[in-house]
This record gives sequence, C-alpha cells and structure tokens, in this order.
Amino acid sequence: MENLLEVKDVTKIYPGGVVANYKVKFTVREGEIHALVGENGAGKSTLMKMLFGFEDMTEGEFFFKGKKVHFTSSKDAIENGIGMVHQHFMLVPSFTVSENLTLGSEENFLKVFINEKKCRQATLEIADKYGFSIDVDKKVRDISVGMKQKLEILKVLYRGAKLIILDEPTAVLTPQETKELFEQLLILKSMKYTIIFISHKLDEVKYLCDRLTILKQGRSMGTYDVDQLTQLEISELMVGREIQFNYEKPEQQYGEAVLAVKDIKYVDKFGIDKLKGVSFKLREGEILGLAGVEGNGQSEVISIITGELKQDHGSVFAFNEDITNLKIADRREKGLANVPEDRMEDGCAQTLSVMDNLVTINIHHFIKHKMILDFKKMRTYAKELIKNFDILCKNEDQEIKRLSGGNIQKTIVAREFSLEKPILIINQPTRGIDVGSIEFIHKKILEKRHNGDSILLSSADLGELMALSDRILVFFKGEIVANIADVKHISEAELGLYMLGLKRDENSVLEGVSYAG
Amino acid sequence: MLDKLKNKIDTYSLLRVFCAILIAYTCTIIIIFTFSKVPFTAMYKFFLGPFTSKRNFFNVVETAIPLLFAGLALNVIQKGGLTNLIADGALYMGAVIASVAAISLSLPKGIHAAVAIAMASLVGGLITLIPAIIKKFTGAWEMVVAIMLNTVFFYVGQYIINSKYLDEVAGYASYKFAKTSKLGHLISGTQMHYGFIIVIIVFILVYILMEKTLFGYDLKIVGVNMRYAKNAGINVFKVVMLSQFIGGCIAGMGGAVEVLGIYDRFLWVNQVSFVWDAILINILAGEKTANIPLTAFFFSFIRVGAGIMSRGTDLDQEIVAIIQAIIIFLVSAERFMYTYKIKREQKAALMEKDRILTQQQTEVL
Repeated sequence: MENLLEVKDVTKIYPGGVVANYKVKFTVREGEIHALVGENGAGKSTLMKMLFGFEDMTEGEFFFKGKKVHFTSSKDAIENGIGMVHQHFMLVPSFTVSENLTLGSEENFLKVFINEKKCRQATLEIADKYGFSIDVDKKVRDISVGMKQKLEILKVLYRGAKLIILDEPTAVLTPQETKELFEQLLILKSMKYTIIFISHKLDEVKYLCDRLTILKQGRSMGTYDVDQLTQLEISELMVGREIQFNYEKPEQQYGEAVLAVKDIKYVDKFGIDKLKGVSFKLREGEILGLAGVEGNGQSEVISIITGELKQDHGSVFAFNEDITNLKIADRREKGLANVPEDRMEDGCAQTLSVMDNLVTINIHHFIKHKMILDFKKMRTYAKELIKNFDILCKNEDQEIKRLSGGNIQKTIVAREFSLEKPILIINQPTRGIDVGSIEFIHKKILEKRHNGDSILLSSADLGELMALSDRILVFFKGEIVANIADVKHISEAELGLYMLGLKRDENSVLEGVSYAG
Repeated sequence: MLDKLKNKIDTYSLLRVFCAILIAYTCTIIIIFTFSKVPFTAMYKFFLGPFTSKRNFFNVVETAIPLLFAGLALNVIQKGGLTNLIADGALYMGAVIASVAAISLSLPKGIHAAVAIAMASLVGGLITLIPAIIKKFTGAWEMVVAIMLNTVFFYVGQYIINSKYLDEVAGYASYKFAKTSKLGHLISGTQMHYGFIIVIIVFILVYILMEKTLFGYDLKIVGVNMRYAKNAGINVFKVVMLSQFIGGCIAGMGGAVEVLGIYDRFLWVNQVSFVWDAILINILAGEKTANIPLTAFFFSFIRVGAGIMSRGTDLDQEIVAIIQAIIIFLVSAERFMYTYKIKREQKAALMEKDRILTQQQTEVL
C-alpha cells in the first residue's frame, strides 16, 4: 500500500515555550486505520490540528499524497480531502441534522439562496450511501451523543474527505454506541477510506486498527503493526521509562481508617455512569494506589473526595467525620491536601510568581498585623521550600509558567506536602516530567509515608504505582474489581488483566471496606 | 540591587509600550504637518503647552483626578476577572448623591464634604454589585448588563435632580451646593482642589490593598486562575463581590469629588463616559495598580495639550482620539512585536528540550 500521509520532523511550540511536539515523524498508508496513541498531553491532538490547519506549526513538513502541503485553514485541508472529527463536537445545537451536515457547503442557488430541499435530499443520500441511520429533520440538541458522532463523520464524508481524523471519538460514547461506530469505521475502511484514530483506549486500538504510532511527551516512539505488540507493551511505550523504580520500603503498621468513601455514584454530563457505587477505606500510614485504564472512574472519585466534584449518591468520611457536604476549604481544614491531576489548570496560577504559588493554601500564616502580609517571612519560607524541594528557578519571583513541567510539579508538591496534613490525595504526581523530578517526588511521597501520613495515589504509570503503593485498588468501568493487598507479589501482567476487566476479585474488594475505623 | 530591579521590570512590555507611543506620536506629527498651516506652533502648543503657565500645568493635574478615580476603580473591578463596566453609572450616581447631600444637609465644613463623599461611595459600591450578582445567579454577561445599567442610572440620576433639586432660575442645573460641602482650592489661581489629595490617598490605599494584603493576594489568584483558586479553598464568590464593591466605592467617590471640587451646582445633563478612558488607562498600565497614576497623567497631559493647541491654532483637539486609538490599538494588539518575543521563547524551549533529551540518553547509557 502507498503512503498517503507522511509527517516529517514536525515541531510545535506553544506561546510560553511549551513544547507540544518535538520532531514527530510517521507515515500513514492508504486504506488503513492508523492509531495515534499516547497519554493525555502527549501531543496527539496538537499534531492533528496542525495537519488540519487549525494550528500553525513551528517546524517540519507534512506530505499528503506525495506532495508537500501546508494548510493555513481547515477549509484548505477539507478541499484537499482531509477531514477531522474533533474531540468536542462542532455542531450548532439549534440547527437540524441536515442543516448541520451541509453547513458551509450548502446546495445553493446563485451562491445566495440555500436550497433546503436539496440539502435534505443530499443528507438522506449520503447517510444511505454509507449505511448510517440518522434522523435528518431533528434538531441536533435533541439527538443522542452517538448520533452526533455519526453526524460529525457524515459531515466529513459529505465534504469529500479521503483521510478522516477521529480525535478520541469513543470518549463520550456508551459501549453499544462504540460498537456501532467501529462497525461503521470498518465499512469505511473497506471502501478505501483512510482513518487516523486518536485514542488512549488500547483495547479499542487493538480491535480496530492496523498500525499504530505511539507518542510520548511530544515525541514519536515508533510505528508498529498492531499485532506486533501486546496491550501491555503498548502501554509501556506510552508511559514507560527505561528506568525501573525500586525503593526500599520499611515495614509499617497501619492504623485505623482515616478516610472512607461509601457507595459513591456519579453520572457525568454525557449521561455515562462514571462511578457505580464505589466504597473503600484508606488506613493510617499506608499508600493506597488507584489503578485503572484512564477514564474508568479513578479521577472522578478523587475529585469527589477533594470536593471539586459533587457526587450523585454516597458519602465521604475523614477521621470518622462526614465531610460529604463540606466545601473544599473546609476539607483542607480537616486535614486533606491534594496534588491535582492537571497541574496547569488546577494546580497553579500560571502568571504569578513561584512564591505566590507556594503560599496559596497557608497564606494565613503570613499575616503581620490585621490584613497586611509579611512578605519577608513569606520570602524566607519560599526560599526554604525551593531549597528543600530542589525547585530549579531563577528566584522566587520568577513566573511559575516559565519553569519546566518537573519544576512546576515540584512547586505544587512542595506547597501541598509542607503543611503536615495527615491525608494526601495525589493524582498523577509525575505525568510528563523528567526522570530526576520523578524520583525526587517519589522520595518525598515515601518520606510522608514514613512520617505516618496516609496517601491516596492515582497514577496511569503502573511502574510508579507498584513501586510506591502498599495496596492497590483496580478500577474498571466505574467499579472496583480488585483490592490487591500484596503488591510485592503481583506482576504487571496480572494487574493488567484486572485493569482490562478480564479478571475480578470480589472477595478482596469486600475485605477492603472492612478495615476498622 | 540592580539585578533585583532588572528582574522586576518586564523589558518586553516596556519596549512594546514605548514603541506604541513613539509610533502614535510620529503619526500625530505627520497629521499636524499635513493639515496645519502653522505646524511648528501647533506642535509647540501640543507638546509643551501644558508647561507654559501655572494654570495650564495644574489643569493637567485636575483633569487627571477623575481619570485616576475611574482607572483605579476599574483596576480593582477587573482584577477579579469580571468586565464589569458600570463605573460610569456608579460615578454618575455618586455625583448625584453627593450633590443631594451637598444641597440638603447642613453640617460643619469638612464634615459635610466627608459625609457627602461617604454616601456617594456607598451608593457606587452597591450599584457595582448589581451586574456581578446578576451574573452569578443568571449567567448574564456582566459587561452588557453594566452598559445598560449605565444608561438606567443616568436617567435615575436625572430624575432625582429634576424632580426635587432643579433650580428653575438657573436653567438645567440644581440648586447651589452649601458652601460647607465644597472641597476648596488647593492652590490659588487654579482649579486645583483638595480632591487631588483624596485621590492620592485612595491610590495609596488601593495599592496597599492590592499588593500587600491577604485580600489582594486572594483576588490576584482568583483573577489569574479561578479553578486553582477554588482548589486551594479560596472563597471565590466573596472575594469577587468584595472587589466589585470596593471598585464601585472608588468610582462613586470619584463622581462626588469631581462635582464638589469643581462645580457649585450639579450640571451633568449628559451621560459621562469615564469608563472607556479607564479601560485605556488600565491597558496602558498593563493592569498594574502602581502604573495607573502615570498613565492617567499621560492621558490627561495629551488632552490638555490638545486643548491648548486647538484654542491657539487651526487644529481641532480631536487629534487626541487618534493618538489614543493608535497607542491602545498597538498595546492591546497581542501580536504587535509578537514575533520578536515568540522567536526568543522558541529558541529557549528547543534548547531546553535538547538538553533534557541528551541528559536522559546519557542516564540510560
């Protein structure tokens, strides 16, 4: 098969010096379904947006059908036969299906008048041609998410695309809808369409795709035939590091449960059951790891515990006190600290200084008299944390967004860890940062454990999770399917079986909620 | 010490502002030479006019007072992340309330003015809360609500004056203010009034509030990243509302000081438009409280200069609008001199990435 698309040394640097893609290269053959896999923030979407003319690239080249192309707008790309379905739907809710489908390239009269009848007819024809059943006269706001997804694909086909880019199309779909989508994609493949499928759901990639390219921290980690690799090998390449974590962990006596969640249920805005009655307990002095393929409910349960998200059902207890209805500030007061998943959105004030970011949660300690802040004391404190946590910055007044990812994360960890809070909730502590910073943060987490603090840790990096956790809960489709108390003697492969839903251990889960406290 | 200063100054922003002003002045000079028969006189009057007499010089200061009030008010309001442009309504109502107090109360000198200003501030603050509250509970965009309310409060103010305090003898003006309520002149032979002292005090207080207090810190965090503020446990609603109230108070006070400082009666029969000037002042100041007096005086300076020029030559003072437009256009245009910045950033980022990659490779080996 011929190469339809060639990506050559493409680099993208966002304002502020964030490197989203660095010399990415891979090829897509005509008529294949090619997966682009990688963690959140690995640069998958950015790369495709550049191809599609949504973003400028900094350096590099795209070759499409053997010719060098540079699209300056999505219109350009569409005219050349490339279509993209974005992660978030680009539809007009108050327009009907056929109006949305033909929007921008309507059947018209003299380029002024829209021929609605013809538009409707064209919609029917194209849906029929590709075997998509869709209700053309309904308003988009009234149709289901799966239907919207179909409409997006039809939109692309209507505009004559031969290469279709799908950006995490299954993120919002139910399992049935996903299955239907895949069938349709396979039909398109048989009709010689080429599809680029962006995803981090490896079972889907395995099932659907022919070849895959792995992106990690903005770099391509190679292109493989799907049959060449197991899911585990793929995930190792996605998050994997050459370095094995192996830490000395002294034996520890666990105390009573300090944090407990009871029967948490949560339905997200797309109507998908994210949590179906989750209960567990965190004991004093232990590191409890939450494992699971991304999107199986771990992030939601963490957000519910920190108070960021409101659950539909169930309750949260800290030190046997019901904190279900407390505000975030009050939960922090009760002894919770949290390192959020998204460090730029939830973890820092990007344009403020390192010092400002280090003192946000204990700013009350720096009041001189009345409301006036004691900057001298604050500066000393910030300098001390910068030293203790090895934060590399010009000085404490430097804007935090100027720092590298690892140093931003260390700043956040420094802020949350230095307050002696007994319960630490940590979500993706080391995602996308350099090895030195990772080991440093791990060391600090283990120090906290040694200190007798209790830690709830969620991470997509299995190596990290297994190296740090005393116990691991595995999430699958909004449920806990295993409670692994003996982390030392479980292999990654076995953990993988739980994570993919191929194995369950109900008894251990029940044991996990029976701890005293 | 020098290093410390160097770190504090954002050379890129400074360079941008400087270039913008330079370009604007160049354009102005071109316009002057194109349209005026006496270009050198016009330029002299425009640039140096404000320094030619005591009266002219203090005219700059006095023109700057309401600009400063409005600029400071908007600075506080915007720090919370809201584009609440009701400062005009607050300022106008502040002027009306102060006038009412000046006409109808009888108090000793000094106290009378203080009471009038305090009442005006309170009303200004309350008015400014309205768009923010509507936004909170209905999601309506505060900017549109605020602009509409500016008109509403103009007519409310007109109604109050016209229905009870209109002096039939004086035409469209209110009764005379009580002498005790006037702010008094600071320097004889000029229009300079004690409002100048008040605005300086307000500036210092706002600066301390923004830069040195817990509230200022919280507001800064909320303005930069609301999600982070929530995660850190800051009471976002309270902080935002308080900032709106304080900003509104300053605007109301500005209205009061203006009428009590300059006029003997309430004379504003047209809608005021200080809020747009306030936006310009804030943009040029880079939203930094400390820079606001400087930019307010700058705008006041070109305005007074243009006034002097228009009275002495064949040019109109509307030239001010051109200068302002060019400066603001260039300063607020994100892409102005953007390539210069982005090239520097990209180079640094690539070098950093290369460094990390080679470091990782050597570690693996």
